[in-house]
Amino acid sequence: MKSIINYFKEIFSGLKSLVKGMSVTGHYITHPKEIITQQYPENRDTLKMFERFRGEVVLLHDKNNEHKCTGCSACEVACPNGTIEIIPKRIEVDGRKVKAIDQFVYHLQMCTMCGLCIPACPTDAIVMANTFEHAVFDRSKLTKILNKPGSKIMDGIK
Amino acid sequence: MSWLYDFSILTQSIHESLSANFETGTVALIEMILAGVAFMILFALLGLVLVYAERKVSAFFQQRLGPMRVGFWGTAQTLADVIKLLMKEPLMNKNADKFLFNLAPYIIMIAAFMAMASLPFAKGLQALDFDIGLLYISAVSSLGVVGILLAGWSSDNKYSLIGALRSGAQIISYELSVGLSLLTIVVLTGSLQLSVIVESQANGWWIFKGHIPAVIAFIIFLIASTAETNRGPFDLAEAESELTAGFHTEYSGLKFAFFFLAEFANMFIVSALGATVFLGGWMPFHIGGWEGFNAIMDYIPPIVWFFGKVGFMIFMMMWFRWTFPRLRIDQLLTLEWKYLLPVNLMNILVMAFLVLMGWHF
Amino acid sequence: MEEITQELESKEYFINMGPQHPSTHGVLRLVLSLDGEIIRKVEPHLGFIHRSIEKMCEHDSYQQIVHLTDRMDYLSCHINNEAVCLAVEQALEIEVTDRVKVIRTIVDELNRISSHQLWWGVMGMDLGAITSFLYGFRDRELITDIFEETCGARLTMNYNIPGGLFFDIHPNFQKRTKDFITYFKKKLPEYDTLLSNNVIFTQRTKGVGYLSKEDAISYGVTGPTGRASGFSCDVRKHHPYMAYDRVEFKEILDTEGDCFARYKCRIAEMWESMHIIEQLIDNIPQGDYKVPTKAVIKLPKGEWYQKVETARGEFGVYIISEGQRSPYRLKFRSPGFSNLSALDHMARGCKIADLVAIMSTLDLVIPDIDR
Repeated sequence: MKSIINYFKEIFSGLKSLVKGMSVTGHYITHPKEIITQQYPENRDTLKMFERFRGEVVLLHDKNNEHKCTGCSACEVACPNGTIEIIPKRIEVDGRKVKAIDQFVYHLQMCTMCGLCIPACPTDAIVMANTFEHAVFDRSKLTKILNKPGSKIMDGIK
Repeated sequence: MSWLYDFSILTQSIHESLSANFETGTVALIEMILAGVAFMILFALLGLVLVYAERKVSAFFQQRLGPMRVGFWGTAQTLADVIKLLMKEPLMNKNADKFLFNLAPYIIMIAAFMAMASLPFAKGLQALDFDIGLLYISAVSSLGVVGILLAGWSSDNKYSLIGALRSGAQIISYELSVGLSLLTIVVLTGSLQLSVIVESQANGWWIFKGHIPAVIAFIIFLIASTAETNRGPFDLAEAESELTAGFHTEYSGLKFAFFFLAEFANMFIVSALGATVFLGGWMPFHIGGWEGFNAIMDYIPPIVWFFGKVGFMIFMMMWFRWTFPRLRIDQLLTLEWKYLLPVNLMNILVMAFLVLMGWHF
Repeated sequence: MEEITQELESKEYFINMGPQHPSTHGVLRLVLSLDGEIIRKVEPHLGFIHRSIEKMCEHDSYQQIVHLTDRMDYLSCHINNEAVCLAVEQALEIEVTDRVKVIRTIVDELNRISSHQLWWGVMGMDLGAITSFLYGFRDRELITDIFEETCGARLTMNYNIPGGLFFDIHPNFQKRTKDFITYFKKKLPEYDTLLSNNVIFTQRTKGVGYLSKEDAISYGVTGPTGRASGFSCDVRKHHPYMAYDRVEFKEILDTEGDCFARYKCRIAEMWESMHIIEQLIDNIPQGDYKVPTKAVIKLPKGEWYQKVETARGEFGVYIISEGQRSPYRLKFRSPGFSNLSALDHMARGCKIADLVAIMSTLDLVIPDIDR
């Protein structure tokens, strides 16, 4: 007799646990206001990333097209996998030959966005922007020259 | 609009206009062709609507939106999927048995069509009204097993064979439970004919009139019919996180689309069967004695009632699928033979006792 | 009788659960030798995602090594980073400020919760309840938002550096963490209702994949997997580091040793982690967020070992330095490797469906194993 009672008890407790589980999912289908996904390309206008998000490295230029990079290559040394290549040149300043930046080559395809280059820069020339849409159809677009043409270094930066 | 409430008016008028112009043999032939075309359109529409509904319902369970881009709120998504499936290359193994490989999807479709033909959609809208209707549907849906086993065998792939055998064992076992739970209601109605079963629910559905044993039978029917259609927590044969995709691994393109649609058609058929036998078919919700209420309920056309009930049963099956983890094959068979079958048999005895005593409504 | 049964034994056949498979959690190839549906032997083949991280570390400076450990066990990357930073700090004999200790502990525990949330979601999905995957990820989003705001990235954070933290915490950090704790305390019982109390789930996990305490010790299985067999191996209790010696928490032990016990251990660990965070979040001490170190860190000659408790088990870093800016040799003791070695022992005699359940309770992350 006891085994028959156990048998029915088993069936009842099993069914009860199943119904309770169904009530959890049932709650979500009856509350469509709690949907958490966003429709991505349609909501680009209202999408805002966090300010510390590490998207890609950019060289800051002010409105006179000037930047702060001296070509010291500290960021190249700090980068773990050779994403940054500094190509320097020598220019005349006050009669002396001084090293300056010719091309700041940034290989976006190799960058791991670790952010180790940012604190390494002594003049705070580079920052991490929070752009995230990096997909392109042509691989050569991922090798970027960060200093804009015709830009020169700001005064007073060593 | 009175034909919406009684389709026999429409069918009678078509029959009369045809008989006036053609002789009886041609009239019968034309009517058969018309019925066939209507069923094929229904099958296609069912496929489209059910696939979209499954994706939307599963998305809402998971707090996301589902297909939204293709068409208005994603309604053309299934059409796009069908076009994609049609464009795929129909592959076949070198050693596969060509004839059986091509035949298997058609067998499943034929079984689904034959079962669908005898469902009472509305008053006067039933293509085949046998006096052994319930037995006919059970028999014909068993033909689907043959299709599955053929598909697994002819693929020449040991994983599809394993999947097909598992699936075959599962379907054959659960047919027993489905049949016995339907038999519980036949004890009440005294007839196997589907239109008689629906008519007898004019003053209330059997699930209410038969109280406790009928509710138990309904629960067993719900569980067994999800297992019949290889759905929900019983989909070990085609599970995505197990080894392969089961018996339809080797199929691609249009034949795969047939298997896929046949699964949804089977779901529709068992839901319609449950709705007919337990929930009253196309009968509106009547409470015996409340004439005013009954008159309001009668205002909604019966075909809307039918599809509403079928929709409810399909929703329950989808709810099961998206909530529960899967059962292992030995647990599946244990469930059937050690739990569902004894409970079913005891239930029939209780129901028979109730009918003898006259303790039902 | 023995000879007769041996002669009648059917031939075993081999099945490949190949590198691409929905339930091997990464690129792991398992060669199963089956007899009907029963498993006779499981042989894992590794190396599909080997990236020679240990070799790369021999050329990189210590700050760069920290960012490489992000990518090993990517689900507990703070804790991995912390291991290397602690080893370096041990060698240089730097004492970090209290503020750094408390923040590191809080961020570690948040990381542990997020790793367990992902594990829960994937476990449900492997067993067939696909909805649980979405629920686990939904709850994890709140933690990744906290990380994104403070550290700058969602998965590979690189927030610890030798000597302290990369930036100070964002002003919103405390409020967001407290909101998360309140939210998740209500949601965690839902996890129980959906899976733990479900009769189908308990039938599939109870009694499956038994690992005894002696076997756990001999295979070196640590983490929740080992603790569910009764092996008390929590590094946070036995060798406390950072702020773990001043918080109260229980070490979750169980004696059953089957899949369900491992499952319960991880759910209980989530509760304990929330308890730890609650004790620390209101009293973050003021101070510096990093101790100044030289720009080029050079460790003195010697050998150091540091172990931490990740979400998967004991993670260890062994550094041999010759006084240069990169180590001479760096070795990682990954928890997944030892856990995977016990898979063959646990899975013998089970069916294929059980193998899926066992692998998901082992909580393997293959890049951790292959490094």
